Amino acid sequence: MNFGSSLIEALESLASNKVRTGLTMLGIIIGVGAVIAMLAIGAGTEQAIVGEIEGIGTNLLFVATNYDDVTNPAPITIQDAEAIADPIYAPSVAAAAPVVQGRVELTYAGEVTGATVVGVTEDYYLVQTVELTEGEFFDTAQISGQASAVILGANIAEDLFDRIDGLVGETVRVAGQPFRVVGVLKKEGGADFGNSPDDQILVPLTTAQARLLPRNVKGEVDIIYVSAISSEAVTSAEDEITTILRDRHNLKLEENDFFIVNQELLLDFASTVTGVFTIFLGGVAGISLLVGGIGIMNIMLVSVTERTKEIGLRKAVGAKKRDILIQFLIESSLLSAIGGVVGIILGWLLSVAIGRIAAANDFILNPSITINGVLLATLFSAAVGLFFGIYPANRAAQLEPIEALRTE
Amino acid sequence: MTKWVVDAREIKKVYQMGEVQVHALRGVSVKIAPGEVVSIMGPSGSGKSTLMNIIGCLDRPTSGEYSLNGENVAHLTDDQLAEIRNRGVGFVFQSFNLLPRSTALANVELPMRYAELNGRNRKQVALEALEAVGLEDRVHHRPNELSGGQMQRVAIARALVNNPAIILADEPTGNLDTQSGDEIMAVLKKLNEERGTTLIIVTHDPEIAALTNRVISILDGRIAE
Repeated sequence: MNFGSSLIEALESLASNKVRTGLTMLGIIIGVGAVIAMLAIGAGTEQAIVGEIEGIGTNLLFVATNYDDVTNPAPITIQDAEAIADPIYAPSVAAAAPVVQGRVELTYAGEVTGATVVGVTEDYYLVQTVELTEGEFFDTAQISGQASAVILGANIAEDLFDRIDGLVGETVRVAGQPFRVVGVLKKEGGADFGNSPDDQILVPLTTAQARLLPRNVKGEVDIIYVSAISSEAVTSAEDEITTILRDRHNLKLEENDFFIVNQELLLDFASTVTGVFTIFLGGVAGISLLVGGIGIMNIMLVSVTERTKEIGLRKAVGAKKRDILIQFLIESSLLSAIGGVVGIILGWLLSVAIGRIAAANDFILNPSITINGVLLATLFSAAVGLFFGIYPANRAAQLEPIEALRTE
Repeated sequence: MTKWVVDAREIKKVYQMGEVQVHALRGVSVKIAPGEVVSIMGPSGSGKSTLMNIIGCLDRPTSGEYSLNGENVAHLTDDQLAEIRNRGVGFVFQSFNLLPRSTALANVELPMRYAELNGRNRKQVALEALEAVGLEDRVHHRPNELSGGQMQRVAIARALVNNPAIILADEPTGNLDTQSGDEIMAVLKKLNEERGTTLIIVTHDPEIAALTNRVISILDGRIAE
C-alpha cells in the first residue's frame, strides 16, 4: 500500500471522530507549547542576565575581603586601592576605585525612603558608568573634605521629590544628617536585580566612612572596583593585584584573604544558574508532553479495539502485518505531528504573552524561541507519537484475521 | 496448469481449547475444478467454517496438504498467506464487511491497494467491477447510503477485482431478504458464467445449495457422502 493513500486514509479516520482527535491532540499541544515557552523563557532570562553582566564592562574586576574562607582576614583598605592603582607595580590596571556600601534611610519633608548608599572617590566614574542629568560629580575637595554632598539615583529622587529635575541645591536628610544634593543620576530603567544605580545614592567615601557606614578598621572599604587597561589585560591585572595585596597583607604561605571576581566568573556562574533553571522548566514541560503521549497510546488502543473487524477484513483482502502496523503508526504520528505544530504556535504565543507581562512589571525579558527549542520539541513529540503508537499498532498487526472477523 | 483450482488432501485441524483438544476437521479431501460452483453445507459445529477458513487461506491446517491454483499453501507464513489471499481469493461475507467511512469505489479498490497497483488502473478496474455487479450509479455512495443487497454487491465487486482463482462466499444471502438474496445469487451465477470464476458458497440453506453444481456436506469434521 503506498504512503500517500495511507496518509489520506489516516486523515479520514482521524477526521471521523473530531472531538476525540482534538482532545487527544490537546495533550500534545499543551506539552509542546509548554516546552517551547519554558525553553524560550529560560533562554530569555539567560540573555537578560548575560546582558546585565556584560553591561558592567568586560575589563572590570572586583576585589573584596574574603570573610568566608579565611579567619581574621586583613580588610582591604583605601591604601590597598591606592597601591593597586600604582602604574609601576600594576601596569595592567587603569584605575582602582574603593567604595563602601550600605543601606540608609533618606527623608525629605516627611517623605521617607530607603536607599543603597555608595561611598565613592573621584576615581569611581572611571570604573562605573556615571551619567548625571543635572549637577556635577564630586570634586577632590568634597571627597577629601568629608563634604555633606549627595548624588541621588533617579528612583530615589522620584520617591522623595516626585520629580527628577531642579533638585540641585535641595537638602535631604541621610540617616538623619543634612546633605546637599549636588547631582541626579540618569535613569537607567530595566531590572538590575536590586543593584540598579536608580536605587542608589552616592556620597564621598570619606563622608560615608566617617558618618554613615563606620567600619572597624580605619580606611576599610567593601569593594575595590578595578578597571584593567583592556579586556585582554584582565588576567595580568588579576595577577598584579594578587601580588600587591599579598605583599601588603604580609601573606607568605597562607591563602589569599581577599578575592578577585572578574566578569567571566560572573558569566560562568550566571549561565550555570540559568542552565539549571532552563533544564528544570523544560523537564517539567517535558513531563506534560509525556502525559500527552500516554493519551495518544490510550486512544489508539481504544481505536484498535473498535476497529478489530475492519482490521480482520483488511487482512482477509490481503493486508500484511506491516500494512496494518504502518496504518496505525501513521495515525498516531499524525496526531502528535499536528499537535506538535499547533503546540509550537501556542508556545510562541505563550512566550510573547509572558514577555509582555514581564515588561509590564518592569522586568525586561525577551523570551527567545530558538531553533534548538523548536527542533527539540518537534523531535520529542514525533518520538512520543511513534513510541506510544507502536504498542497499539503492533497489537493491531498481530490480530488473527479469523478472530478479528468474528468479533462484532 | 493443474486440473484443480482447490486441491485439499487429508486436511486435519485440531484446536487447543484450554485442556481439551477439539478436532474440527478429521481428514477432509476436497477437489474443485476451475469454473465449478460448489456449495459447502453442514450444521453449525460441523467444521464447515474451519474448512472455509483453510480453503480461503485465512488459517493453516494442522496436517494435510492444500494447493490453491497449483500452489502449495499449507505451510506458508502469515504474510505469505496474506499475499495469496490478495491474489487468489475473493471473500464475500454474510455481514458484507465494508469499510463504513469509504465510498463503494474506495471499498472495491482496497484489495488492489494492498496489491500495490497504481491509482489510475485501480480506479478503472474498480469501476468495471462495480459495473459488472450493476452498481455503476452508486460508485460514490458510502455503505450507510446503500441497501443490504447493494452492499453485498459492492462486496462482490471487491472480491472480483484481483481476478482471484476462487470466490468464497460465506452465507452471502444470510442477512438479506429473499428478493435481494435471489438477486445476489443471480449476480454470482452470472459472474461464474461470464468469467468462469470458481464459486464456493458456504450455506445452510438448501435452496441456495440447490443452485450450485455440487454440494459438499460436512458432518463432525468429515465429508458426509
